Amino acid sequence: MQGIHMFTQTLTQRVLRSPLVDLLTGPHGADRYTELVDRTWTVAEARAKVIAVLRPTPRSVTLTLEPNQAFTGFRAGQHINLTLEIDGRRRTRPYSPASAEGARYMELTIGRHDGGMVSTYLYNHARVGMVVGLDSVGGDFTLPTPRPLRILFVSGGSGITPVMSMLRTLRTEGFTGEIALVHYARAAEEACYRNELNAMPGVRVLHGYTRSTAGSDLDGRFGPEHLAAAMTDSDAVYVCGPPALVEAVREHCPGARSESFVPPTLPLPTESSGGRIRFTNSGVEIVDDGDPLLAQAEAAGLRPESGCRMGICHSCTRRKTSGVVKNLTTGVVSSTEEEDVQICVSVPVGDVDLAL
Amino acid sequence: MTITTSVPQKSISKTVAGKTITMTPEQADAFGRELDALKERVITDLGERDATYIRRIIKAQRALEVGGRAMLFGGIFPPFWLAGTAMLGLSKILDNMEIGHNVMHGQYDWMGDPAISSRGFEWDTACPGDQWRHSHNYMHHTYTNIVGMDRDIGYGILRISEDQPWRPYFLGNPVYAFLLMVLFQYGVALHEMETERIRAGEISLADKREILEGIWRKTKRQTLKDYVAFPLLAGPFAPWVFTGNLTANLIRNVWSYMIIFCGHFPEDVQEFSIEETKAETRGMWYFRQVLGSANLTGGKLFHILSGNLSFQIEHHLFPDIPAHRHAEIATEVQDICRRYGVPYNSGPLPRQFATVVRKIVKLALPGR
Repeated sequence: MQGIHMFTQTLTQRVLRSPLVDLLTGPHGADRYTELVDRTWTVAEARAKVIAVLRPTPRSVTLTLEPNQAFTGFRAGQHINLTLEIDGRRRTRPYSPASAEGARYMELTIGRHDGGMVSTYLYNHARVGMVVGLDSVGGDFTLPTPRPLRILFVSGGSGITPVMSMLRTLRTEGFTGEIALVHYARAAEEACYRNELNAMPGVRVLHGYTRSTAGSDLDGRFGPEHLAAAMTDSDAVYVCGPPALVEAVREHCPGARSESFVPPTLPLPTESSGGRIRFTNSGVEIVDDGDPLLAQAEAAGLRPESGCRMGICHSCTRRKTSGVVKNLTTGVVSSTEEEDVQICVSVPVGDVDLAL
Repeated sequence: MTITTSVPQKSISKTVAGKTITMTPEQADAFGRELDALKERVITDLGERDATYIRRIIKAQRALEVGGRAMLFGGIFPPFWLAGTAMLGLSKILDNMEIGHNVMHGQYDWMGDPAISSRGFEWDTACPGDQWRHSHNYMHHTYTNIVGMDRDIGYGILRISEDQPWRPYFLGNPVYAFLLMVLFQYGVALHEMETERIRAGEISLADKREILEGIWRKTKRQTLKDYVAFPLLAGPFAPWVFTGNLTANLIRNVWSYMIIFCGHFPEDVQEFSIEETKAETRGMWYFRQVLGSANLTGGKLFHILSGNLSFQIEHHLFPDIPAHRHAEIATEVQDICRRYGVPYNSGPLPRQFATVVRKIVKLALPGR
């Protein structure tokens, strides 16, 4: 049965990707029809359906996702851009799956942080049947092959997720080496995966609670005594959490592999930003003079496509890859994420990278 | 936004239906401010509702298309052929007008969905999307009804304004207009070729090589799809599929031609000279958009099938806000226009189109 299922799936993929189907479904393409039957029926875009939602702690939500055939997988410890629509607008955020490499279902545990639009939305509104986009799998916070024999993991808050993926992957592989984990959370009830970790055979788990210290195995924040309690002379150290934790660990273990989640901060718009503008496709970098991006690009000798120069024709629309810009005609501020902006009427608010 | 210039904006007077309308620079500024405020209000309100609206239209279009093409496979039975052709025709109308034209204006760019972004969208017609974005979004919408700059005035083929000097060639005006109607998708596709400038020797065919290649690439695929691939798939029923597709394309051509010609060519719609629009302020630009456009009255379905271009005035004032919003703000726009004494041209399709036909026939002959 499994064989037949695989065969029909491969056949469907091949048919949907054939030049004839491309011609017949042109100019929109096959995905634009099949997605209307089921939003995960796409061959070019990786998407996933939410099949379970749990809120294991007061500040986190765990989603179980069933990715479609277009999804090509990830390595334990990597992050994935999750895309969803909030009030009609597409939002993208990187999250590290907590599930094992190669598992059929993918698990994401998302920590809700104050002012975080996507994490708050998912905490409040995630439901079974919801479809999300998956793309840009990346990151080199991964385990080497062959695996080190004695591994120490240190994580803080939602930094547990890539570590969880590594632990589960090692377990699936039948890892026989030694593993220790030091995990920090504000309080016992906020520590994700507490029960699963405690029940995990062959893993020495130490919890550090920094606000309500009841039940904590460790005192205060990370220091050499925590290191000594967990594992000395480890072959590899992996740390994931807030920048301060990563720094503290690296001070004692200079070779530690690390990853940090930094919530985006939104600077307030000001009159003249004095930021630097990088036209990434052209490799040109300039200092903002307060004019619209189009005028500044032209002053820098670039010749981007443009039209009305008053914000109506969208000829000059370009992708802003990072930074904040303000649209002068509408007053709309495009925040730190990737977004298409009309450069003829947009001025930078601080540093900006533009695909131009 | 401020437009700096050394020449100050002058008052503009136009005679509309025997009445003289004057807009002073001060009035224009106030007029513009009110319209800007209206636009801002709509933009801050954009969200879920607009996303749901356009996705529903897309779903309806794709369902009509798949259903129509399936019906045509059984087109040997006349009711199937008729239903299939009608459904496919409607699908193409929705695809080109309420979806394609509006999406390519950037009306849904704020959503950040690449499938309906102004830069990425391609429509089910012969004209390549990128060329349309230049000739229509930029040239026509920026220089609307400026004789000598807006190539939509007669499309380089017709005499549609008294300000276009008469030549004997224009004796064929009604014939060209009819041919353009029937072959509208190819007329639109060739728009960016600027054949009138090639004929006048201003540019050479070689200058337009890339444009022509783009048109050929798109037209070839469209032709292969509708007139070769789908008929062949139907095997012995190929002739019914072929004629169904041909008729659906014709229905779309005639319908979109009528709607589009009623946007700027009805009686009393004003043209402007390059001189008049030198150093134009944003308020005066709005004034020109209202005087240069005309609306069509009708029911909700009619508006959807016209791509809401029946709200041509609102569309020209705010081309990049979702078109279903144009219907919602029309009363307010009309009220602002009334307070500034700006005529608001509106009427049912048969009446507006009749004035267009009369104009095309009248302008075939010399004189004003």
